[in-house]
Amino acid sequence: MAAAQAAAGSGAHGRFTGAGLRRVAGKLGGLALTLFLASLLVFFSRFLVPGDPVSFLLRGRKPSAEAVAQVTAQYGLDLPPWQQYLDWVVGALHGDFGRSLQFRQDVATVIGDRLPVTLMLVVMAGIGIAVVGVGAGIVAALNRGKALDRVTLIGLTVLSAIPSFVGSIVLISVFAVQLGWFPTFGSGDGFGDMVYHLVLPSIALAIVFVVLVGKVTRSSMVEQLGREHVEVATSRGLKRGTVIRRHVFRNALGPILTVSGVLVAGLIVASTIVEAAFGLSGIGSLLVQSVDRLDFPVVQAIVMFVVTAFVVVNAVVDVLEPVIDPRSAAGAGAR
Amino acid sequence: MTTPTLAMRVLRAPRASFIGRPTFTVAVLVLAAMTLGAVFAPAIAPYPPDAPDFLAVNAPPSPAHWLGTDGLGRDLLSRLLYGARTALLGPLLVVIGSTAVGMLLGLLAGWRGGWIDAALGRVFDVLFAFPSLLLAIMAVALFGKGLVAPVIAMSIAYAPFVARLTRSLVKAERTRPYVAAYRVAGFGGAFIAFRSVLPNVTPIVGAQSTLNFGYVLAELAGLSFLGLGVQPPTPDWGAMINEAQAGIVGGHFLPAIVPAVAVVIAVVAVNIIGEELSDRIGGGAPA
Repeated sequence: MAAAQAAAGSGAHGRFTGAGLRRVAGKLGGLALTLFLASLLVFFSRFLVPGDPVSFLLRGRKPSAEAVAQVTAQYGLDLPPWQQYLDWVVGALHGDFGRSLQFRQDVATVIGDRLPVTLMLVVMAGIGIAVVGVGAGIVAALNRGKALDRVTLIGLTVLSAIPSFVGSIVLISVFAVQLGWFPTFGSGDGFGDMVYHLVLPSIALAIVFVVLVGKVTRSSMVEQLGREHVEVATSRGLKRGTVIRRHVFRNALGPILTVSGVLVAGLIVASTIVEAAFGLSGIGSLLVQSVDRLDFPVVQAIVMFVVTAFVVVNAVVDVLEPVIDPRSAAGAGAR
Repeated sequence: MTTPTLAMRVLRAPRASFIGRPTFTVAVLVLAAMTLGAVFAPAIAPYPPDAPDFLAVNAPPSPAHWLGTDGLGRDLLSRLLYGARTALLGPLLVVIGSTAVGMLLGLLAGWRGGWIDAALGRVFDVLFAFPSLLLAIMAVALFGKGLVAPVIAMSIAYAPFVARLTRSLVKAERTRPYVAAYRVAGFGGAFIAFRSVLPNVTPIVGAQSTLNFGYVLAELAGLSFLGLGVQPPTPDWGAMINEAQAGIVGGHFLPAIVPAVAVVIAVVAVNIIGEELSDRIGGGAPA
């Protein structure tokens, strides 16, 4: 009987790994397909605009013979559409997004120069969201039904109604102009100075998103707190802090992680507004500037970048979830 | 996991919520006042929205200008009232558009199932990867500044959320006895789907769509703030903040704060109404 059990055990184990690998492979396939379809949308959106593509790409510029020749060559406008798409995608896979019309530089260089500010902004806001959101969610869950729970929930709801441009101008008015604690403009030089310059922008960016993480943390914790295994752990005489940490929070982490993945693209896009408000030169302000100056190659590249970031981060979260919470892998295998 | 039947969800007593009845009433009144202010702006506004008062530039609130004036001496209250038109109309169109498109596609996916469901699911997955503001910015890049392109783009961006919810509700409805009864009585699939299933899922989907209104309002105002939406001198809350930005560094906060507060109040009011409606009607977590 012991042997049968061992065999069943190893069988289950083998199935788990196989299912796990198949799951990862399936996720990768889905990721590739989504990115492929998204790239079709981003590329062929240009064909929705009625009229001649050369004049669309050169709107607002002098259609000199040289400019026409350059745009035609860059986009291969004399080639059939599928060939144009193929060239664009193959270039993009090699990090070549063509040339910017406004800067007369490679799009990749233009974006690369501005990426650090945006990444730093998103990372700082992300840390803030994680700390405040998870913290507020835990406080609310541990006091559920009490006054502190209600106050936290109302506080989160109020924060969720403050769009980033409103947060930006209020923070600039109070902490930069009136109190003079922080700069009103620019992203600073060097790491320390950059962090200092990005304090207010990252707060403005984080405000709206705290509510999502906070509410998910709360409901996930509340669900775990009602579980039998938590009662068992408590009745075994474990300290409350240990029970909360080891048995409640750890099990509540899955949904929190999932919602965090969804936030990433939202943060990059919302940083557009914050960068404009604080005069930061990141890819968000570059996107607005490129729309403003009709620099479509840069717009295409940034849109594709944000979409890729969203899809990849969510796939990573999806793949990581069973590592953090083996139950979800077992559940997927059983199905 | 057992899912309560639709009828139970609709009939069941309102969920305990931290939003009380008075708060809901106040929210409805606030939104009604804003709507009336927007509709009757020409009659109510003390000044034309773009009339400068050169004797009162960046003036604080006074009997002549209740909310003060901006950097060009234009009356902020008047601009706020006129600005409510674009600020509220844009989100309204997006909510209507995304709900109509989303419900139709959701009904199609949930009712027909099979490859149609799978193909639509794939399309939704791709659209989910485009944040709504990003899609709106791309639309501006393609078709030019203004509200038309962003409103269409955002209707498309929000439709998958509506469609997913509709699809799951329709799938649950399909197996219910009344659908079988209709079939036995000889009614066609399209008739049952449109005449009995669609009306049954509409309240829940409608309540959830209301919750989108606040997000869209903030995003469209943000787009105008970026200078890509409503263009100055047309008064719009987001555009007003954009124009007032330069004054902030000089200490003139009012022209930016007034429309900003209006945005926040509108979003809070709409969210309270939306949450209360979904609480009363039920229908689970927001899509």
